[in-house]
This record gives sequence, structure tokens and C-alpha cells, in this order.
Amino acid sequence: MSTGTKPDASVGPAARATRLSFGGSPWRGRLFLWLGVVLVISLVRILTDARGLDSAGTIHAAVIATCPILMAGIGGLWSERAGVVNIGLEGQMILGTWGAAYFTYFYNPWIGVLGAALMGAIGGLLHAIATVSFGVDHIVSGVAINIIGAGAAQFLAGAYFTDLEGGGVKQLTGLDTPSNVTIPGLSDSAANLADHHWFVVSDLASLVAALTTDLSLLTLVVVALVAATTYILWRTRFGLRLRSCGESPAAAESLGVDVYRYKYIAVIISGAMAGIGGGFLALVSSSGFTSGQTNGRGYIGLAAMIFGNWRPGGTAIGALLFGYTDSLNLRGEATAVHALLLLIAIGLAAVAVLRLRQRRIVTSTVMGVLAVAFLAWFLLTDAVPEQFTGMTPYLATLLVLALAAQRLRMPAADGLRYRRGQSI
Amino acid sequence: MNTLRRVGLALIAPVIAIVASVIVTSLVISLSGGSPGDFWGVIFSKPPSGARSFVNIVNQTSLIYMSALAAAIGFRMNLFNIGVEGQYTIGSYAAAAIAGAAIFPGLLNVVVALMAAVLVGAGWAGIAAVLKVTRGVSEVISTIMLNAIAITLYGYLLDRYGEHTGNSVRSTVIPTSSQLGGWTLFSKPDGAIWTLSVLAVVLGIGFWFMLNKTRFGFDLRATGFSQSAAVASGVNVNRMIVISMLLSGGVAGLIWLPALFGQAHSIGPTFQTGLGFTGIAVALLGRNEPLGIAFGAVLFAFLNEQSNRLQLETDVPIEVVQITQGVIVLSVVIAYEVIRRSRARIEQRSVAERLESEVPSGPKEVTA
Repeated sequence: MSTGTKPDASVGPAARATRLSFGGSPWRGRLFLWLGVVLVISLVRILTDARGLDSAGTIHAAVIATCPILMAGIGGLWSERAGVVNIGLEGQMILGTWGAAYFTYFYNPWIGVLGAALMGAIGGLLHAIATVSFGVDHIVSGVAINIIGAGAAQFLAGAYFTDLEGGGVKQLTGLDTPSNVTIPGLSDSAANLADHHWFVVSDLASLVAALTTDLSLLTLVVVALVAATTYILWRTRFGLRLRSCGESPAAAESLGVDVYRYKYIAVIISGAMAGIGGGFLALVSSSGFTSGQTNGRGYIGLAAMIFGNWRPGGTAIGALLFGYTDSLNLRGEATAVHALLLLIAIGLAAVAVLRLRQRRIVTSTVMGVLAVAFLAWFLLTDAVPEQFTGMTPYLATLLVLALAAQRLRMPAADGLRYRRGQSI
Repeated sequence: MNTLRRVGLALIAPVIAIVASVIVTSLVISLSGGSPGDFWGVIFSKPPSGARSFVNIVNQTSLIYMSALAAAIGFRMNLFNIGVEGQYTIGSYAAAAIAGAAIFPGLLNVVVALMAAVLVGAGWAGIAAVLKVTRGVSEVISTIMLNAIAITLYGYLLDRYGEHTGNSVRSTVIPTSSQLGGWTLFSKPDGAIWTLSVLAVVLGIGFWFMLNKTRFGFDLRATGFSQSAAVASGVNVNRMIVISMLLSGGVAGLIWLPALFGQAHSIGPTFQTGLGFTGIAVALLGRNEPLGIAFGAVLFAFLNEQSNRLQLETDVPIEVVQITQGVIVLSVVIAYEVIRRSRARIEQRSVAERLESEVPSGPKEVTA
């Protein structure tokens, strides 16, 4: 989570809830919240004996699955904070997967990441031209960009990868990857500690083990980019001006801000971020470029951003939610998925109690009923059909949107057309 | 503004879009070392099996047309139903399952299956409508989520209740009495135009009638032009959102059914995915007008069919057609916007001129 020290109105619903329930400094509240989460996970792991729930392997896979979604979400954040809805993230991400593969093959993985950013930025530029200069509806332009992005990546793959070593009409495999780092002492001892399966201690140890073993350097770049985004958008003059274009472009213009320029910059950066997300997908998540490998992750990134109330910290939590369920599915952790039901039930029950204390009776009842339903599902079955696990993040997002949509606050002029010299 | 000028301005946009897409596509092909001449040569040449290509184009046009109609109903009132893909996936499954179960005989079975598809498609879209109206959730995001859920749900249902043969799984085949062959215009191997393709024509006319001849259509267009003005004139926007979303989803449910009853006879590997997104593009291309969409659907079906030969006859990758289609859509919406602006400017100027010429005579009348 990011800039919680500022008592502003735009802190995510989760954070607000903590503050209401614990009082005092938001940082302490969040610390308690996270400790509580770890405690519950640990408890569920021991009760159900589902070690895959938070093993180092699972967390490692979850981090890898989270990064592309997070980058798409951060891309969305840049664009929407400047008032441009960017549904084209998916297309920009696809362009990124191709760019990463092409530039990695001919140069090296780091040039590949830059290539991914460049290809994504081109997609962003296209979106900026259509929406900012020509005032095309943002959703319409985004849809068109997704078609172009998907087509362009497949076409370019067919044109450039077919004759390469490890390449084909729809793929390019066997690429170099950004190097992994392992912190020698810490990694082993944490892994040992995790193997004891002790209450809480081992859960924290497997988190440490996951983060110190074979961690891709590109993951660190992603973290750095999220931090930089937070700093630039909320702590610099440039960021303030950029956000003012998303809140009230006419007012910004009257104060001398070149709204078009800021929107262009924001949307191009947005595309670049999504492109890097695509690059991560091609270089780290899988062993190369395959056509169609984004598989809707651009849209999910957008959902993660909305889930996170147009804030970097919230976006990260949303992306982690998607990434985690995705990784459980990929690793085929059937018992862990089943244990997840109990975890969801407990989580829902906790929210229900919290809402009851705030006298939000309807929400509390809905949550309570859902909690009981999930508990019953957990108790009455032995396994969850694998397809359902894949659905979880989407259902969760719908649920969060349904219950918190009124408390989410998007930038005031998000998605609206703006023409230079337009009055409010 | 006279009629000629208006028609001219309306036609300029598609023309600009097509010219732009030709230029961009040619550029992309030549930059990647291919020959644009080969590409356009194939696209604009008569295919070796002309009759068969014609039948394919007609059939595909009908599917794309219905998909675009489904999207257009929402678009007309600025309601972005991105969820056509999910709605027709789940609707098609419902129809295939019901028809396969063969509870009713012959044609009655078909009718019941059609109704099931409409209801399921509408119901799926209805979730997004209810979330928007009661909870203020943007339909763009909720329909994207519902797409993903629908596609997974379809996979689950097919896997659970379908018939497994080897690695593939499909729903129970529809009994012969409920299969609808179609019209064989040419020889048998050239295929037939699916019977239910007629649905596209019926729905197109219905859409035109609803839009231009009913109060609902008027309200729909009014809400699209200006929500605040519509509210001021007594339109219940929430009701409009729910109804148009249900209509949109209902039409979406029907999209694949001509193929189901005409050729596939079961759902499974034969299911054609991606029609929902193509429909959105075609709706935008056709300005959400029944005739414009028809033009767009023919164009897209034609490009898809012709591009199949690229692989055999040139070394230009077939996917280049997607770039062409995407560029057409993007440049058409940009061109419409530019024209809208210039039209507004022309109108402003003519009003200003008229005002200027009338102003001097005004005071005279007052004094006289």
C-alpha cells in the first residue's frame, strides 16, 4: 500500500474499513490486518492440511502470475488518472509479448523488455490519437486497438518468427530470460523453516523463501515501476497536473496545464506499462511468445485497478488476488483449492461482522449468507471442479464491485471527451 | 444543409476508413518484406470454388450481422455491452443442450431451443443490467467479467454433461427431425445456406422498426443522444437500461444457432468463438444502423473468407486481415468524429450568417 499517511478521501475501501475498525494510525491498522490474514491462512492450512495453500512454490507461482496483471493495472491507472479509459490494455499487452520476443531474440532480455514497452507505447499512442486528438469514445477506440493489437502480433509473428530457430507461425520459444536471483543463506534457511509446517512461523518463512529463491529480476523491476508510479502520480508536480486532467480538465487548462500533452504522455506510458506486462508474460511466466497468450489479462488488470479504487496499492492487492487463484489452478493444487473455500468463508464472515459493527445491515446479511454458503460448500464436497477455480477472481471482482461500487471513486472526468477550450 | 451534402458527408467516413485501411495494410505488409500486390490480388480475385465461397460468406454474414445487432442495441443508448461473447456462448450451449435432449419432437424442439437461447442470453446480460441499475457497476467491467465466467461455465457444463469421444467432447447430437438443412443454391458439395440465417433478416427488420417506429426506439435514441435531456422528457433511464440490455442479450443468444441447426448439430469443437468481438467491431463500423451493419457484416465475412486463401497462394500471414479490420474500425470512428465536428462547424457558420443577415431587419420591424 502506498501513501496512507495523507488523510484523503481516496483511500481504498479495504483500508478505510481497517481504519474504522482499529482506529489510530492507518499503518498500524494495516499491519494488524495483514497479520490477521496470515494468521487465518495459517489456521486454514493446518485445519485442512492443504500445504499447497501457501507453500513457497505456490507463492512463487502467484508472484509470477500477478506481475503481468499488475502491470496492466498500473497501465490502466496512468491512463485513467489522466481521464482516459483504456480498454485497449489487452491489445497493448499483446503487442508487448511480441516486442519482448523479437528484441530478446535479436538482442537480450533487457532490450526485450524495452521492446515490449515500445510496442505497448505504440498501442498507447494510437489510443491517444483517437481519444485525445479526435475525441473518439474511449471504449470504442479501445476495442479497435484490441483487434489491431491481436492481429498485428499474430501477423508480425507469422512474418518474422516463422524461419527463426525455435520459432513458428504462432510462437517463438527458447528465449533468454532476465536472470534470477537467489539470496544464498536466507533462501535455504527459510525453506527449511517452511518445511516444518509450524503455525504462522512456517507460513511467513515460505513467503520469505519464495521471495529469496529464483526471483526474477524483472519482478523487481515491476515492483520498482509500481513504486515509481505511486511516487510520480501522488508526490510530484507533474503527477498532480496529470491527475488534475482526470478530475477536471477545464479547470486544469484554465491554470495553464496543457491537458492534451498530459493526456498523451499518460496514455503512452499506460501502453508501455501494459507492454511490459506482456513482456513479463513472454519472458518470465512462460518460455517464450505464443500467440494469444495474454488470454484476457489486460481486461483483468483493468478490473484489478477498479477493484483497487484507482490506487496503486489497491491495484496490487487486486492483481495478487487474480494471480493467486490463477497459480493455484496452474499448479493443480486440488486440496488447496478446496481449502480456499474455507478461507473465503472466513473472509466473508469477517467482512460481515465488520459491516454489522458499522450498522450496514444489508451488506452484512449478504456477506453472512455467502459465508455460510461457502462453508457448506467446503463441508459438503471433497473437491472443486477445476473450471470453478478459474472463475473465482472474476466472481470476486463482480462481488466487490456490487458491494463497493458506490464507495469506489473514479477520477471525476474519467472517460469523458474533452476538447481544448471547452468550458465546464 | 441539403440532402446531397448530408449523404455525401455520411458516405465519406466509410470511404476514408477503407482507403486508410488499404494504405496501412499495404504498408505493414511491405515493411515486413511481403508483397502488398499479392495480398490485394488474392483478396479481390474470384476464388477457385466461387459457389462454395459465396455460401460461406452468406452464412458468416448472418452470424456476424446478428452479433453486431446485439451490440448495436446497447450502443444506441451508450450502453457498452462488451459481453456479447459470453452471452452467445452460454445461449448457444443452452440451445444445444435443450435441442439435444429432444424433449419435444421436430420443429417444436427447434422453437423451444430458440426460446431457451434467448432467455439464457438475456438472463446473462440481465445480471450486468441489474448490477448497473441497482449498484452502479459499469457494464463494461461487469460484462467482461461475465464473459470470462460464461466461457468457463460453458467448459464445465460441456465437460460434465457432454459426450466424450477420445480427447474431444461435444453435446448430444440434435435428432434428425430437428435438424434444419438449409437451401442448396448450387451443387451439394458447395454447402447450403443455413435455414436460420433468415433470423438475421428478421431481426434486422425488427431492429429498424423498433428504432424508428416505436416509442421505445425513440426513447432509446434520445437517451443515446443526451441522457439528461431524455430524463427531462420523462424517460425512465434505468428501465431503458434493463430492457435494452435484455434485448441485446436475447439477440446475442441466437447468434450461433443458424450454424447449430444447419451444420454443426451439436456444440463442442465445432463452436465458433470470437463472433461477439467481431460483432462489436461491425456495429461500430455500421454506425449501429441496420443497413450500415449489413454492409459491415458482408465486408468482414468477405475478408475472412478470402483471407483463407492467403496461406496457399502467398506468403503473407493470414492474420493481416485482422489488422485491416481493426484499422477499418478505428479509422471509421475517427472519420465519423471529424465529420461530426466539421458538420457542427458548417451548421454554426450557416446559422451565424443567417443571423447576421436577419439582424438588421429586426429593429426596423420593431420600430415600424
